[in-house]
Amino acid sequence: MLNNQVLLAANSTSSFSFNIIYDLLVMLRYPFMRNAFIAGSAVAILAGAVGYFIVSRRSSFAAHALSHVGFAGAAGAVVVGLTPLEGLLGFTTVGAIVMGALGKRGELRDSQIGIVLSFMLGLGVLFISLYQGYASEAYSILFGQILGISNASVIFTVGSAVVLLVVMRLALNLLLFASFDEEVANSQGVPTRLISYAFLVVVAVTVAVAVQIIGVLLIFSLLVTPAAAAIRMSGRPRIAILASTTIALLITWIGLFVGFYQPYPVSFFITAFGFAFYLLTRLKPFADRFVVQS
Amino acid sequence: MVDLVLAKDLTVGYQGRPQWSGANFQVLHGEFAAVIGPNGSGKSTLLKALTGQVGLISGELRIDGLDVGEGRRKIGYVPQRRNLDQDTVITSREFALLPHRARRLINRSKSERAASEALVEESLRSLGIADLADRSISTLSGGQLQRVYIAQALSQQPELLLLDEPLSNLDIRASAQLAKSVSELVRGRKVGVMLVAHDLNPLLPYLDKVLFVANGRVVCGYPDEVLTTERLSDLFELSVEVVRDSSGRIAIMGDFSEAHHA
Repeated sequence: MLNNQVLLAANSTSSFSFNIIYDLLVMLRYPFMRNAFIAGSAVAILAGAVGYFIVSRRSSFAAHALSHVGFAGAAGAVVVGLTPLEGLLGFTTVGAIVMGALGKRGELRDSQIGIVLSFMLGLGVLFISLYQGYASEAYSILFGQILGISNASVIFTVGSAVVLLVVMRLALNLLLFASFDEEVANSQGVPTRLISYAFLVVVAVTVAVAVQIIGVLLIFSLLVTPAAAAIRMSGRPRIAILASTTIALLITWIGLFVGFYQPYPVSFFITAFGFAFYLLTRLKPFADRFVVQS
Repeated sequence: MVDLVLAKDLTVGYQGRPQWSGANFQVLHGEFAAVIGPNGSGKSTLLKALTGQVGLISGELRIDGLDVGEGRRKIGYVPQRRNLDQDTVITSREFALLPHRARRLINRSKSERAASEALVEESLRSLGIADLADRSISTLSGGQLQRVYIAQALSQQPELLLLDEPLSNLDIRASAQLAKSVSELVRGRKVGVMLVAHDLNPLLPYLDKVLFVANGRVVCGYPDEVLTTERLSDLFELSVEVVRDSSGRIAIMGDFSEAHHA
């Protein structure tokens, strides 16, 4: 709520002029918007790249579960006086390690993951009820607080994104091999189990930083939607990863921009533009057929 | 010349429990060997022992004179199952390039990249699927998919090609065509093949050797020598009947499962 008040205060002095450059400059005069753009961009690039592997490895449910584990962590952290980000990171990382320990492709064990997911959500509700402060903390964890990101969080988010992207670039070829052709990779001595483990930890940290932007409940819009759309656009992994990060960046930027000049939540715009991109890629084959027929 | 595959008194299994034991067999360079036997007898285990995915309990297994850890670099492996579905969107070319690219983490030189791409193109062409190079593998038929898998394996220039039930989901015509293609390709390149199959008949025109896996044992020899009623009955100590029709097609009958559990 606090963030919405900040945004409404900013909106009262700035209205949309239809001069995009001018409107952008006005928007970026506000430090909270600059922070939102920097952190949002870092998370979008990271989520777009990691999301490609989440979708390709069919680990969407595991990523979803990790965000709920993060909810319990963030809510618990607030109760004991830590920052939500600290709680998010702690819980998602431990959650990823436990998931990895479940065994081969532990992230695919739907029923076990579902059971843990609902328990974590319940735990989060308990922590929220124990917290004596503002209800806005819970709202932020569930739906994101992109407009209320502190300078320290921006530095941490950008730093985490850079480190994880470098690690993923270094391991890209092995990760692709293990994700698309695990059996043959295994037969050639590629440590597929270790890669699976490491990937879950990467997902955990990505979820933790992405929750700040989009929240626990809407995390799919950055982690899965852009990648799912990109995969429909290209069967070449490098191009699909590039497309996924581009879509994630675009929907974040457009969402922030539109959200600044409208009284509705930024998270809604990010999810709505992501959904629109995905629909467009779903409609493409029909459009192609129509063009060919006509 | 060193044997391409040499097993001496080999026992293999999971968690110390043998699946079969005392196996002695050899496959030579350029030989086409079929691995047959009842379900669950350990045919796939044999291939996995060669790729180092299943541990040896005792005995010796060498690939071109090397132990499994070193020798598996000479193998092109097509597993029985792959964890792929409709949502696996990757083109045939990119799929075939995966093992090439994974050999180096970063900074493969331009010439290395070009060499890998040329090998993949050549393999796709030789299997008659060059036109499928830009199609996603999720849109291919079972027969086309098997050809992509084999192209991936062959593009790595193996000396030994391990194919685990590549014919199992194909109709009679597609099975015969694939068996012929594989045979022609490997003969030209002097690549040895070990192919797991349930139905031996599509392979009969091309076979040099048969490995029959049943009842915890592996028997190896030339088809006419191994696939006889007397030999199999004698080897497995139960009533086995090998029937051949007028066109040379073979059927092997006998209840191996009961004998194995007895």
